[in-house]
Amino acid sequence: MHLSETVNTGFLFLAPWLVFSPVMGLLINIIFGGRFSEKGIGWLASAASGASFVVSVLLAVTVAGNHGEVLRWRLAEWISIGSLTIDWTFRVDSLSTTMMLAVSGVGTLIHIYAIGYMHEDVRFKNDIGRFRRFFVFLNLFIAMMMILVSGDSYMMLFVGWEGVGLCSFLLIGFWYDKDTLGRPSWANSNAGNKAFITNRIGDFGFLIAGFLMFWYLGSFQFDAVFEKAQEAAHTMPWVIVAITLFMLVGVAGKSAQVPLYVWLPDAMAGPTPVSALIHAATMVTAGVYLVTRSAEIYMLVPQAQYIVAMVGAGTALFAATIAVGQYDIKKVLAYSTISQLGFMVAAVGMGAFVGGMFHLVTHAFFKALLFLSAGSIILGLERGHHHLAHGHHEERGKKKEERGHKEHHEEVFDPGDMRNMGGLRKTMPVTFWLYMTGTLALMGIFPFAGFWSKDEILLDASLHYPTVYLLLTIAAFFTAFYMGRQIWMVFFGEARHEAAAHAEESKPIITVPLMVLAALSILGGALNLPFEGFHNLTHWLGHTLGEVEGLPLNLQVAGISTGLALLAIIISWLIYGRNTLHAGQPDPLKKPLGFIFTGMENKWFVDEGYWAVIINPFVKGSQFLADVIDWRFWHDFVHDKVIAGTYNWLSNIALNDYADQRGIDAFANALGKWTKDLSAAMRKVQNGFVRSYALSVLLGVVLILGYLLLK
Amino acid sequence: MVPVNYYIVLSAILFTIGAMGVLVRRNPLVIFMSVELMLNAANLAIVAFSSVYKSFSGQIFVFFVIAVAAAEVAVGLALIVEIFRTKHSINVDEMNSLKG
Repeated sequence: MHLSETVNTGFLFLAPWLVFSPVMGLLINIIFGGRFSEKGIGWLASAASGASFVVSVLLAVTVAGNHGEVLRWRLAEWISIGSLTIDWTFRVDSLSTTMMLAVSGVGTLIHIYAIGYMHEDVRFKNDIGRFRRFFVFLNLFIAMMMILVSGDSYMMLFVGWEGVGLCSFLLIGFWYDKDTLGRPSWANSNAGNKAFITNRIGDFGFLIAGFLMFWYLGSFQFDAVFEKAQEAAHTMPWVIVAITLFMLVGVAGKSAQVPLYVWLPDAMAGPTPVSALIHAATMVTAGVYLVTRSAEIYMLVPQAQYIVAMVGAGTALFAATIAVGQYDIKKVLAYSTISQLGFMVAAVGMGAFVGGMFHLVTHAFFKALLFLSAGSIILGLERGHHHLAHGHHEERGKKKEERGHKEHHEEVFDPGDMRNMGGLRKTMPVTFWLYMTGTLALMGIFPFAGFWSKDEILLDASLHYPTVYLLLTIAAFFTAFYMGRQIWMVFFGEARHEAAAHAEESKPIITVPLMVLAALSILGGALNLPFEGFHNLTHWLGHTLGEVEGLPLNLQVAGISTGLALLAIIISWLIYGRNTLHAGQPDPLKKPLGFIFTGMENKWFVDEGYWAVIINPFVKGSQFLADVIDWRFWHDFVHDKVIAGTYNWLSNIALNDYADQRGIDAFANALGKWTKDLSAAMRKVQNGFVRSYALSVLLGVVLILGYLLLK
Repeated sequence: MVPVNYYIVLSAILFTIGAMGVLVRRNPLVIFMSVELMLNAANLAIVAFSSVYKSFSGQIFVFFVIAVAAAEVAVGLALIVEIFRTKHSINVDEMNSLKG
């Protein structure tokens, strides 16, 4: 599609500033950040992200002004090899602007939150260099995510895809040398490596899909690929199936689907704003975006669509069961994220692209809210713990001061462990209400945002894919159950640790961004109300994805899911809320469920399985290659025995005393002696008598002239 | 007009005298004079041929030879003076410090 005369490009020229503004923010912070205060660094980074948001809004307005026509802004030629030309082109359409708004909007709020959060992190210790680095990484992430969502070709998307993977790695391992309590540990660094390596497996799938695309379809540009895919679907359908399935491997890596989801729970090692921004709201939805962007390819191969839907639905249920058995507040949310991503992937797999995108946006709101509130809870407990340590000082007096101090540093207190919480409703009321909002949205309770988006997915599934519908409905039940369990454990009952009893509410810089997110979690459903005359998101995305009829609200589906959610809440209350949990008490579910709960608690031993089946054999294989092949065979045998041995043997044969001294040496010595003798004879000619020289010259002249005359 | 053969014979005689002088004499001043004799023998031959062939180039060439000879004498005499100052002798047979 060309930009015709009638198109009003409006603010399209601002498109590169989606990427430029966060890049400028990070450059300023890298170059001049050393002179800024903490606040200066944080607000500069937030402003850079905010500028991206403003640009996104202006671009969305421009797209709306052109009735959803796809707009492009070509920045530069990027790659030109033979017939392949890839431009650095920003694609501005209703789908990409939706992603831009979600990423930069949520991203900016999280930037602001992080100013307060990072300052309070126990590991921070006024290390302003780390603070600056954190915001540089966050800005880099926004820039990369913007490249990912605004690219007009799979290659540009891939640049963003790898870029956000890099930022994810950098930020998971942000406290690479300290654990959550500030003690030296490589656990965070290992979590970063795990995420990066697992994502490499997914990226391998993406790359293969890209190569196939180039080889058989001859382009990376979205529209060109879609057009060629239409033809290829008839002549060589297996190519399209292969492309979509390899792309699914990439999706499974980035969006944490079975079997590559294992990195996401470990990614919670990163600072909480990172968990919220990258590992809940934005980056992990890149896979969903990729499938939605490739909708036209997926539509051509229903078999692949079915596989995608089943992977998503399976992940949704599987992760939801694990979340039931977790104790770490962030781990529960992590598995919940995997499960919700499963909902989205199932939706886009079924062809319900609008439903998937709708859930993506609302999930970004309420999951960011939940993570950030969890961060607020963790900070609250740390404050309580800190308060406690100092309180004891005063009580015990100066004599025992040293001992008291020591005791508290030896005590292992995990502020993220829900078994240490309880009763926070009273000590942290603001966070409680914010968390409740997020929870209700996640559970899918009317009229919160999650209700509308989840319901749209379930409705679509119930119409076309009964298996997927069944799996997702059970997953929704578990979702409500584990969130209920979390609420009862964290906010109700009695404080199971002194720190929880002394927890303190967070400052406005932390709670205000949460309030904005809470408002969005309540009202987000309004984006796409399933009533006649609404379906706004369906129409908006229809400009890009092709118009589809918005489905009306189905009371049966909505009723079943809401009923199950309420049932789950009641069951969770019966188990966790009715009887007060006490400190040190095992989980009340442990006894009735037995080994099933042990399985949930231990994540169904998937990590252990991966270790046994893949990683340990791999390590063994590497050790074999290193020890046996490289060292013993290659070094000891080939180098030392064969090569060095042969060389020694040859030298002994060929270069013994006889051959060496009487052959080679004798020749060299004779040459030297001959030269010496010759020069001794020759030097006699130079006798120093000028007249004899003159005579030689004369004789020479006579000889030459004689020869010339007589010849 | 004197035939050119006479000039050539005279030139050959002068050249031979000069060459013998260079070879047999030990005083560098005399050797220099002998060298001048050889040069002028050559000059004489050149001028003779120049008049035979009615060409000025030979005469011009002679001017150059005279100019170079004058420069050579200037350098050579300076060297002789300097050698006399250091060795208190100008006997060429004693100038053999570069003997091999």
